[in-house]
Amino acid sequence: MTHFLLRHRDIADIHKLEVFRKNGGFTAFQNAVKEMKPVEITEIVKASGLRGRGGAGFPTGLKWSFMDQKNWPHYVVANADESEPGTFKDREIMESNPFQFLEGVAICSYAVSAKDAYIYLRGEFWQLAGFLDEKIKELEEAGLLGDNLFGTEYCLRIHTHLGAGAYICGEETALLESMEGKRGQPRLRPPFPPSYGLYGKPTVVNNVETLTNVPFIISKGADWYKSLGTEDSTGVKVFSLSGRVKKPGNYELPFGTTFRKLIYEEGGGIIDDRPVKAIMAAGASSCVIKVDDTVLDTPMDYASCRMIGADLGSASVIVIDDTVSIEKVISKTVDFFKHESCGKCTPCREGNYWMLHIIQRMEAGEDVDANTELLSSVAKQMQNKCLCALGEFATMAVVSGIENFPEDFSTESIGGGHE
Amino acid sequence: MSLIEKYPQEIKTILAKYPPEQKRSAVMPLLYLAQREGGYTSLEAMKEIGAMLDISVTDVASIVGFYTLFHDKKTGKYHMQVCTDLSCSLRGADQFLETLCEKLQVDVGETTDDGLITIEEVKCLAACDKAPMFQVQGEDGIEYHENMTIDKTMELIDSLRKADKEVKK
Repeated sequence: MTHFLLRHRDIADIHKLEVFRKNGGFTAFQNAVKEMKPVEITEIVKASGLRGRGGAGFPTGLKWSFMDQKNWPHYVVANADESEPGTFKDREIMESNPFQFLEGVAICSYAVSAKDAYIYLRGEFWQLAGFLDEKIKELEEAGLLGDNLFGTEYCLRIHTHLGAGAYICGEETALLESMEGKRGQPRLRPPFPPSYGLYGKPTVVNNVETLTNVPFIISKGADWYKSLGTEDSTGVKVFSLSGRVKKPGNYELPFGTTFRKLIYEEGGGIIDDRPVKAIMAAGASSCVIKVDDTVLDTPMDYASCRMIGADLGSASVIVIDDTVSIEKVISKTVDFFKHESCGKCTPCREGNYWMLHIIQRMEAGEDVDANTELLSSVAKQMQNKCLCALGEFATMAVVSGIENFPEDFSTESIGGGHE
Repeated sequence: MSLIEKYPQEIKTILAKYPPEQKRSAVMPLLYLAQREGGYTSLEAMKEIGAMLDISVTDVASIVGFYTLFHDKKTGKYHMQVCTDLSCSLRGADQFLETLCEKLQVDVGETTDDGLITIEEVKCLAACDKAPMFQVQGEDGIEYHENMTIDKTMELIDSLRKADKEVKK
């Protein structure tokens, strides 16, 4: 299959500007600026059915159309804070196909009439930020970014901004706080960023992969894009596959591809050909789904995944085989969320703290049955009470793991997991 | 020597990224600059950054405290940060970290006797398909090391030690 996002797998040296341009790069942006009105771009993206790839799946064009036209300036912020355990797609896109991503940022900026766009990268992407700075400089030298682009009045500058190690900054309002030089703690929403964003100005925050889809949508049209994927989830997606598979990695596939195809055809099956026990479809923030044939044959799109009690989210599929105890899995996820909770709201701060302590007690052999019940109860009490999605995410694996795998929460089983 | 004396050009470039009335946004890039030498931010540097951005030193310190890549104490010259999150642990990261600590005779969070390497356990680094993996945070940035073995890691540590001796000579 031809790749539209991971194009470096088909075209050598696409990270070089001359190669990218030879393959059609920056014609979509040039045509947009010279021939189209900003609102027309937004309409095409809306019609394409593109949905946000960061996890929430919100319709991208709709988000752009919400920008408050009475409050200026407008900003675009690319969310490159990729930190979800199990997710490693944005990094590959930016490292290997950087110009397509940057062209997406540029087209989005034109569509919302923003003159400054920022790329917020997690601090660990230090080298990548330097690499993108070089690419941005090349674009400025080639006249593809900067003042009076293509002989018009439109001006655009793209800047990188490094975070410093906080998962919560992937939440869009925490990201904006962080960019403003504050602790990365989420804001109460609404207002949403398109009315009150960076420095209180209307702001579009989009995930890296979402933006990387945009150049092709503009050059090939909404109908072409809709011909890929399913009705509910149009286009292609980069699936990050990790865990107990033979060939973990990123796989670009149309929405609607089954879990079976991803795990067995692309991923080469399970290590030592063991049976697959469970999957988490959206990284650590997702439910632990017990695997049977129905699950394996479920198409990976937003609507179908909901039918099996999963959320596709950022499509980070973690595969768990029968050597792994689910108790160990949730012990890892809770440890993660306890560490990453920003501390702003009580249910998340206290809830995660206590969930971790209860798990540690269980692992020390203290009344496993009673503590399992308590753990599940704490998780359920957190649900629907947290300021942002992080607190909610933390409970997903706990509640579903205990419900779907009660046998892994007994005195005999604890301690006997995968080591 | 103050930051402005040491890095005048870098500070100018950083401040130019943000609207002049929003210079507080520069606090994180300036903290990275302050850490470049010595690997941590001193109180003096925090005061200077606060004055530069018209915010209190408490505000600056709250940023240092919130984010894990900022340090306010002297530790090893290199932070070797091993990911043991879910996906990595499914590929043997916990065992890797344990063996590494045994080899270096330190516990997680401790620094080797020569003061060179601090071993840390960290959360997901977006390299889940290439475990075991870690990053090395040093004075001049962060480097990823993926698909690692204990042997490869010990070789890396040897080379860091050799390079450090060269510098000291």
